[in-house]
Amino acid sequence: MNAPVEKPKKPAMSLEKAAKARRKFLQSVGLTGGVVGLSLLGYIPVLGASAHRLRPPGALNEADFLSSCIKCGQCVQVCPVEAIKLGDMIDGFGVGVPHIDPRQQACDFSCDAVQCILACPTGSLTYKKPPFLNIREGALLAAAPILKAKENDPEPTLNLKERIGVARLARPSACLAVQGKGFKGQARGAGFPGKMRYMDVDRWKPIPIAEHPYDLPLCDLCVRECPVKGAIELRPFKSADGTSRMQPVVLEPCVGCGVCEMVCPAEPAAIVVDAQATWHGEVALAPAPAVTPKEPS
Amino acid sequence: MSRFADLFMGMLGAAPKKPEVVSERVQTIMFRKYEDKDRYIKEKMHARDHHLVSHKWRNRRWAVLLAVNLLFVFSFWLDIQILEGALTASRFVGFHLIDLNSALQVMLAHKHIIVNLFIGTFTVFLIWVLLGGRTFCSWVCPYHLLAEWAEALHLKLVEKKLVTDHEFHRGTRTVFWLLFALLAIVTGYTVFETLSPTGILSRALIYGPGLALGWVGLLLVFEIVYSRRAWCRYVCPIGLTYGAVGSLSPLRVSFHVEHCFHEGDCRKVCLVPHVLDVTVKGRASEESMSLGPDCTRCGLCVDVCPTGALRYEVKGLSQLL
Repeated sequence: MNAPVEKPKKPAMSLEKAAKARRKFLQSVGLTGGVVGLSLLGYIPVLGASAHRLRPPGALNEADFLSSCIKCGQCVQVCPVEAIKLGDMIDGFGVGVPHIDPRQQACDFSCDAVQCILACPTGSLTYKKPPFLNIREGALLAAAPILKAKENDPEPTLNLKERIGVARLARPSACLAVQGKGFKGQARGAGFPGKMRYMDVDRWKPIPIAEHPYDLPLCDLCVRECPVKGAIELRPFKSADGTSRMQPVVLEPCVGCGVCEMVCPAEPAAIVVDAQATWHGEVALAPAPAVTPKEPS
Repeated sequence: MSRFADLFMGMLGAAPKKPEVVSERVQTIMFRKYEDKDRYIKEKMHARDHHLVSHKWRNRRWAVLLAVNLLFVFSFWLDIQILEGALTASRFVGFHLIDLNSALQVMLAHKHIIVNLFIGTFTVFLIWVLLGGRTFCSWVCPYHLLAEWAEALHLKLVEKKLVTDHEFHRGTRTVFWLLFALLAIVTGYTVFETLSPTGILSRALIYGPGLALGWVGLLLVFEIVYSRRAWCRYVCPIGLTYGAVGSLSPLRVSFHVEHCFHEGDCRKVCLVPHVLDVTVKGRASEESMSLGPDCTRCGLCVDVCPTGALRYEVKGLSQLL
């Protein structure tokens, strides 16, 4: 038999060239691993509890919100009180994603129409959730919120189906109403930049809270300035020493806008909004610190 | 493989190839250049002497890039509402515009598309199909401008032998594109957007600076001291997305072999020198050829070419520009 004909082989790559190619390959793998590894660090804040941010009205559930937000900030641009801020690197995957810090600047609905929802190009903020994105129990509002500012308009409601959080009297002992005290002066001091719409000042133009001082025999700022009808009220209760006192009670229509937290003159605020919390019924009247069960994420 | 497929593979990372067939016309040109060497060299020297260093296209491009980004900034700051949003998604006098790669990330992560997202994506798709290649990169992306300056600094340091350029495999970018798409599907988060200096810079300009700028700074330092233009060349999936979309565009930079002296000045200034492989002696198969889809249409090669062998052209309407 004939021996198989040997095919002329391609000349092998020079050792130097091969080493260079190998180095380039390894460096490329290193670059890939490095960049992907860094990008996955974005998980840390998301998985940590620190990710519980108050999202703008109409926000999808947190995971869906983060996946659908395109990080363009159009919601920021339309907000008349500049309540919406964008996340930074410490928010991981939430970098560029909008949130509200209600103590600094709450959403007071002075746009009248949740325009952030209208501005959102991806449906991260939405009037109506698509059916496959489930609505968490207690997130759905029983009825469309009635804006006190629009109460006499033909259309007094706000096109908002779900709450973004729930207010809670977190520090009853700090609450001026619980202490039976009144309030005089600027709610958050003269230097506070937060803005709000006052119907008796201007229907359309929010002004700094500092320009709107109060003189109240009993502090009811959270109830007085709440933009949503029937979301909070003062109720009497018997305090530990037997005297009759008043305390704010959060009711079902609370959407979690955070105005109560912003205007609360106590430092830190006696009433706070639990971001992304859902409604689990009224918290019983009690002088002791009341705790609303938090929605497991 | 067709030339188009070759160029497309080149964009994905394949090494440029010698042409299998060279047209007779090109053979004649090359033969003439060889035969009449004296005249050819004389012409070359003449062209060199009379070449005015021009920054025409670079200046136009920088002006456009700055104008677009400033329009975003002023639309918000001065509330003139012409171009609202950021580079990832915006509204131009009411029309939705959505960056293709950001839209892709959102669609893959969220697995749901609403009408506005679709409309905006389609608008931008059309724009870049017409403008072609990676025009977005060099004419709009704010990171490109910073990286361009970083690159100039890098080249100076290389010249002084203070640093060396470390090249990665160009296919790395394709791997990144696939990895980031996969990560979006699997994790349900738009993972790439966490790192994208394009989005970070655009937002920093419009909404104010943040810690994320530190990451952009690190990237620039990496490019200055370690690897020339690393992010744009080897990582950024936005460029690949736009390259693919713009691959059939009528607007392109074309190369005319007859005028070329094959000295390679163009390849030295180019961000994606593999698209200028046709300018290497013996690599052109046709008398006039357009550069591949990876070309960012930045015009640096057009500016630097002393003989006008590289030009902007609209297919079917040559010499329009």
